[in-house]
Amino acid sequence: MAAEIVAEGVCYQYPQAADMALKDINLRIRKGEFVAIIGPNGSGKSTLAKLFNGLFVPTKGKVTVDGLDTRDRNNIWKIRQKAGMVFQNPDNQIVATMVEEDVAFGPENLGVPPEEIRKRVYEALEIVELTEFAQKPPHLLSGGQKQRVAIAGVIAMRPDYIILDEPTAMLDPVGRKEVINTVKRLNKEEGKTIVLITHFMEEAVQADRVIVMDKGRVVMMGTPREIFSQVEELKAIGLDVPQVTELAHRLRRWGLKVRGDILTIDEMVECLCPLL
Amino acid sequence: MPIIVKNLTHIYMPGTPFESVALQDVNWTVEDGEFWGLIGHTGSGKSTLIQHLNGLLKPTSGEVIIDGVNINERGVNLKEIRQKVGLVFQFPEHQLFEETVEKDVAFGPRNMDLPEEEVNRRVKEALELVGLNYNEIKDRSPFELSGGQMRRVAIAGVLAMKPKVLILDEPTVGLDPKGRDEILREIVKLREEQNITVILVSHSMEDIAKLVDKIAVMHKGRIVDSGTPKEIFKNYQGLISIGLDIPQITHLMLRLKQKGKDVATDVLSVDEAEAEILKVVRGKGRA
Ligand SMILES: Nc1ncnc2c1ncn2[C@@H]1O[C@H](COP(=O)(O)OP(=O)(O)OP(=O)(O)O)[C@@H](O)[C@H]1O
Ligand SMILES: Nc1ncnc2c1ncn2[C@@H]1O[C@H](COP(=O)(O)OP(=O)(O)O)[C@@H](O)[C@H]1O
Ligand SMILES: [Mg+2]
Ligand SMILES: [Mg+2]
Repeated sequence: MAAEIVAEGVCYQYPQAADMALKDINLRIRKGEFVAIIGPNGSGKSTLAKLFNGLFVPTKGKVTVDGLDTRDRNNIWKIRQKAGMVFQNPDNQIVATMVEEDVAFGPENLGVPPEEIRKRVYEALEIVELTEFAQKPPHLLSGGQKQRVAIAGVIAMRPDYIILDEPTAMLDPVGRKEVINTVKRLNKEEGKTIVLITHFMEEAVQADRVIVMDKGRVVMMGTPREIFSQVEELKAIGLDVPQVTELAHRLRRWGLKVRGDILTIDEMVECLCPLL
Repeated sequence: MPIIVKNLTHIYMPGTPFESVALQDVNWTVEDGEFWGLIGHTGSGKSTLIQHLNGLLKPTSGEVIIDGVNINERGVNLKEIRQKVGLVFQFPEHQLFEETVEKDVAFGPRNMDLPEEEVNRRVKEALELVGLNYNEIKDRSPFELSGGQMRRVAIAGVLAMKPKVLILDEPTVGLDPKGRDEILREIVKLREEQNITVILVSHSMEDIAKLVDKIAVMHKGRIVDSGTPKEIFKNYQGLISIGLDIPQITHLMLRLKQKGKDVATDVLSVDEAEAEILKVVRGKGRA
């Protein structure tokens, strides 16, 4: 049984909608990968995410999670357990009056025994580095910390796949970094497969692979370097590149010898130093 | 209509175990036609502060004076204030409530007793301003849109009232890069054409650096600093220590300087960085 999420010929139409929100999506998310999905508003990213964990089933085509077909209702609990979701607004995801209770909420619903829950909660809080906040009320936490509590809640369900739909959209710069660092650690150290939907190109740059969506279709797929060196193509569909990538692109047009696939400040510093 | 905030303190749920001091002795003056950026960590009090500027929240103590009038005094017509001071909330889904996009955007102007033709004209104009196609979207339910589309509709609803002061609470959250740029460009244009006052709350240091004349920095319920973008973004360590940052491009220039390169570090946009690097490279070529 393959350890991956596979979408084959997937179409999705919302009830009563005039158009398909997703059109013939074919892709696979491999175990252990860190994939970023970018695309303009309304391009179908969130819809796709909801198909990945069986919240929606395809109108046409099929989605399988580790070989389990999401159309088969008997698989749904197994699939939800394998693929956890984190959403944009931290305040809407927190349900309990104490951080540890909130993290315990998911496994409790799965019927995990109390001793095992305690263990999982503390493990999860350790992973997101919030152990010291276990007994604090969540409303005292910063936005970034609340979002990490939401992530801990998902981790406590022991999913293999974690799908995050714009988890940093509402956070301040430091909160955003905290969450992205947590996500990277989950991938590198805990071996979780990550699907990160984001409108921040600086975040997508950190993934292993980037999927670009437009108007319900996958229009580009590749490493961040392959994708973000296509500055004009991305702009044409309403996306962007990080500021340093943009600067490199412009300086090349002036004839400066700068690489065309710069993604980070470090790379840009290295490229510019000999010229200055 | 200048806005003066004087010794403003706001305490949520006072006298309960959940009591929280969201604003503490805030003083702030916004002059006519100014473009302010308001930045601060999550929970620093930004949303609480701006909701005082159109009377949605009442001060626990202190005053909000608009056009010389203390808006919390008895007899002040808040409906009028809210037409002059338009506020786009942080959560657009809370601001939408009609069954179609058209009705939702028309709600504000209709409440201003404008002729129906004028209402329709404004609705079309506002939807186009936020990059939505009027004919495609007008009959859809605002609740069956993507997150970014909902946000655009909420912004259109406020623009349609043509306020004299426009306050936007993290208006670009969830917007794609093009939508972000388009809406911000429209706001700049609106301000130039109609000379309105704008207050923009944002976590995007890049957008703030590029757009505003003045920045107020909030930390734990207080305004701890204010000044021009160049002044504010000079203080990199200080900003990081309170949850904020400087634009990526400014980081780059600082790093080049640290490497001993003779570049300006008060660079706040890609345009400025491009010009600065070209200048230095060409200067070196000549030397
Ligand atoms: N509940 C719904 N009912 C009908 N149509 C919907 C619904 N939710 C989304 N849509 C439509 O489906 C399409 C894809 O929406 P989706 O939410 O997946 O976009 P997205 O890529 O996540 O956008 P965003 O960046 O704005 O979050 C859009 O055309 C949207 O209007
Ligand atoms: N409706 C409310 N009830 C109680 N406390 C609140 C409410 N809204 C905000 N707060 C608290 O007030 C403080 C400031 O919040 P807010 O103004 O939303 O900050 P920001 O907009 O800068 O993120 C925070 O501590 C927050 O938890
Ligand atoms: Mg979405
Ligand atoms: Mg806020």
